[in-house]
Amino acid sequence: MIKKKKILVALAGQPNCGKSTVFNALTGASQHVANYPGVTVEKMTGSYRDHGRKIEVVDLPGTYSLTSYSLEERVSRDFLIQENSSVVINVVDASNLKRNLYLTFQLLEMEMPLVLDLNMMDVAERRNIHIDVKELSKQLGIPVIPTAIKTGRGKKKLIKAVTAASGFGLHSGLHLEQPFKLILVDYGPMEPFLERIQVKLSKEIELDKNYPLRWLSVKLMEGDSEAQNLISKNCPEPDEILKFVEKQRDTFEAKYDEAPDRYVAFRRYQRAETIIKSCVRTTTASSTTLSDKADKLICNRYLGPLILIGIIYLLYYLSIVQGYNITNYTWPILAKIRSLTESILPNPGFIEEPLIRSLSLWFVDSINALLNYIPIFFILFALIAILEDSGYMPRMAFILDRLFQRFGLHGQSTLAMVLGGIYLGGCAVPGVMATKAIPDERSRLATILIIPLLNCLAKVPLYVLLINIYFSEHKGVAMFFIATISLLIALPAAKILTLTLLRNKETAPFIMELPPYHIPTIQGVLGRAVERVWLFIKKIITIVAVIAVLIFVLLQFPGLNLERQAHYTKEKEQEISKFYNRITETQYAEQLRGENLMALILYWDKYKNARMMATNQKLVKKLKEKFEKENPLFFKIVQPKKDKDAKKTNKAFRKLFKARKKILRELRKEKIDNSFLGRLGRDMEPFTKWAGFNWRINVSLLSAFAAKESSVATLGVLYQQEEEGENLEKRMKKGEADFTSLHALALMLFMVLYPPCIATTIMVKLQTGSFKWMFFSMIYPITLGLIAASLIFTGGKALGLNGLQAMAAFYALALLTTIATGFINNKEII
Amino acid sequence: MTLNNIKPGSECFIKKLTSSGRLGQRLVDMGVYPGLRLKVIRNAPLEDPMEIELDGHYLTLRHEEAKFVEVQE
Repeated sequence: MIKKKKILVALAGQPNCGKSTVFNALTGASQHVANYPGVTVEKMTGSYRDHGRKIEVVDLPGTYSLTSYSLEERVSRDFLIQENSSVVINVVDASNLKRNLYLTFQLLEMEMPLVLDLNMMDVAERRNIHIDVKELSKQLGIPVIPTAIKTGRGKKKLIKAVTAASGFGLHSGLHLEQPFKLILVDYGPMEPFLERIQVKLSKEIELDKNYPLRWLSVKLMEGDSEAQNLISKNCPEPDEILKFVEKQRDTFEAKYDEAPDRYVAFRRYQRAETIIKSCVRTTTASSTTLSDKADKLICNRYLGPLILIGIIYLLYYLSIVQGYNITNYTWPILAKIRSLTESILPNPGFIEEPLIRSLSLWFVDSINALLNYIPIFFILFALIAILEDSGYMPRMAFILDRLFQRFGLHGQSTLAMVLGGIYLGGCAVPGVMATKAIPDERSRLATILIIPLLNCLAKVPLYVLLINIYFSEHKGVAMFFIATISLLIALPAAKILTLTLLRNKETAPFIMELPPYHIPTIQGVLGRAVERVWLFIKKIITIVAVIAVLIFVLLQFPGLNLERQAHYTKEKEQEISKFYNRITETQYAEQLRGENLMALILYWDKYKNARMMATNQKLVKKLKEKFEKENPLFFKIVQPKKDKDAKKTNKAFRKLFKARKKILRELRKEKIDNSFLGRLGRDMEPFTKWAGFNWRINVSLLSAFAAKESSVATLGVLYQQEEEGENLEKRMKKGEADFTSLHALALMLFMVLYPPCIATTIMVKLQTGSFKWMFFSMIYPITLGLIAASLIFTGGKALGLNGLQAMAAFYALALLTTIATGFINNKEII
Repeated sequence: MTLNNIKPGSECFIKKLTSSGRLGQRLVDMGVYPGLRLKVIRNAPLEDPMEIELDGHYLTLRHEEAKFVEVQE
């Protein structure tokens, strides 16, 4: 009888062997991304059905080997040892069999029930590489399935073989009875050493039960630190064993003048070579492939950088510029959600706003601000997937590594920095997300920490506002300054972090493969884009929601005292009685008494908003009919036509409406002045005065923490409108009469160095896996920003510089620092 | 002679890896081991890193790292 047990299949293989294509082909759309427990490595899982049985597939990280040197390799190894998967599919590149077998041997040594997926057969055939599949299967002692999964070839056979190997299928004969007795790789003169270690280990009951001893012996002989940990955890007297192993290693090295770990590797390659000799025939010498020809251009000394800039520009243009255009179409949907929410909430009073209403709207606004970015993210993620799948990413690293390495970064930092906004307009969230690809832990952390210093889209509105007011005659220069200064600060910051805090972080060799180019599949690209957008929504939105509420509370409470409340109520009553006095002789005076007045205000508001959305005559006509039907009396006042009384009422009402707005504005401003955040802004003045920030600026900066766009929105509330139609630029100029371009420069620079927004902070936490780095990523830019802004403001004032002169001086200083730090040598630990 | 001294376009044999730790392991894992023939394809636009071909696949490594690969022309 067949037991209906869930089958767990792990996909293992080296990078660039088409493993993710196999994963996609097997699991289709049913994929999930999560992280392996406690680390930042992505875990992809999915499932498919074969003969009614569910088969769960885990896509292990692509690794060349299974040592304990890199995080990915450790993760793969732990999974294989601990999770007891029914079958491991080892995907290998048929056109690059030798190096791929190197990993296969390690999997076999771990005594995994293995199915070899000899993938990319089409590529191998094109290169005239002929593989004797039967012979290979015999030599390895495991089923070998030739496939070209990209074209769908061999998929069915692979599924059949997996079911068979899991022991549930009809053809389980394929699965050899005791394949592990077969000693696949003969380590020659090292065998007696391994034998001695294995004998010793076999006496440890715990170990014998849980781990393949031959594998463990080889690992110990290699000096693998994780294997040593296993001994420490599972043996009562680990020191004795470890000492014994150490002695074996030393003896071997002394006798054969070869490090045991190197020797193990050589023997594996030798074994791979003998297998290749008996199973693989290459008819013609390999000529230059298409990839070679492409690389002649793409990695060319002069053309390469140009192509790189072109691709970066395209990435930026398609996602940020075109994606932003798409938001013009998606924003109305979000606006509809907002108005829908508004319609189910209790109505506002003349000056009173129900708490549930203001909180709910604030909440929706905060979430909408982030959801608005989704088209940008979707395009961005799809383009990144294309870059990843095509094989261009390593070329990008190849071209730029030299430059970035000088600052403690990595060739692979390029993409992350482009996304973060290397010039103007990026977003730190996908930027930080993209650092995942950087193999070197130290460079990765440095990249994560400097990405928030780059110019994300949300910083731009404040720059535009300030440049328009204070640098109106030098807009181009000022914009260029702000667009490039961020990089001139970020690079030295990366270098200094590398030399100090990150000094002892793990580094990894740069060496990497330049795989042949591939044409990405639509399914693979879209699947990944959707998956990542979904991850973004899930992780970010929930936490942003919580923080948004917190900031709301800080901005709304403790609110106004009774005396001030009474003051506003009195103003309200005055305005209302003025209104009634004006219309007292009209026929509408009586009809607008009591509750009807407030109803008219809401009706007026609704009409005005709806009228603004109506774009053509037809819609306007329809709208008017609708509103007239809803309330004929109110409509007469809104559209008085020739009715004299209605005209008079309309005029009086307009005055009242305007007066109400003014009261509301004053009230809101006073509330913010008086709020916890407002008080904090005042308390901060002694520190920020050196940078030229007064409490109003402080409050706007504090409110920007949730999302940087808020800084301008808050300023909009703080500098109130006195005359109809005055834009914020005029209002700010009026509101801060003593502000100079030096103030503005200091403020812009602080914005460059503004701590990451909440969404980014969460992403930093996800990517570093530590709260410590998350907090650091918030604290250090503030400190740096205050220092830079104070230097500009206080220093500039002392030297009598104007904004433009200070700008030039600071730019020169930053440029010199960048060049100087670029020349300090990193101490590489190899 | 070490790999970092080999000019683009020339070929050589790998003699020995002189880094015992992480770098040595990584080189071996990526298929760089004694006895193999390799060809230096090109240097990056800013000189570093370099690109090599061996056994039909292409690798890039920094000159700093190539110092730990002893070769013979």
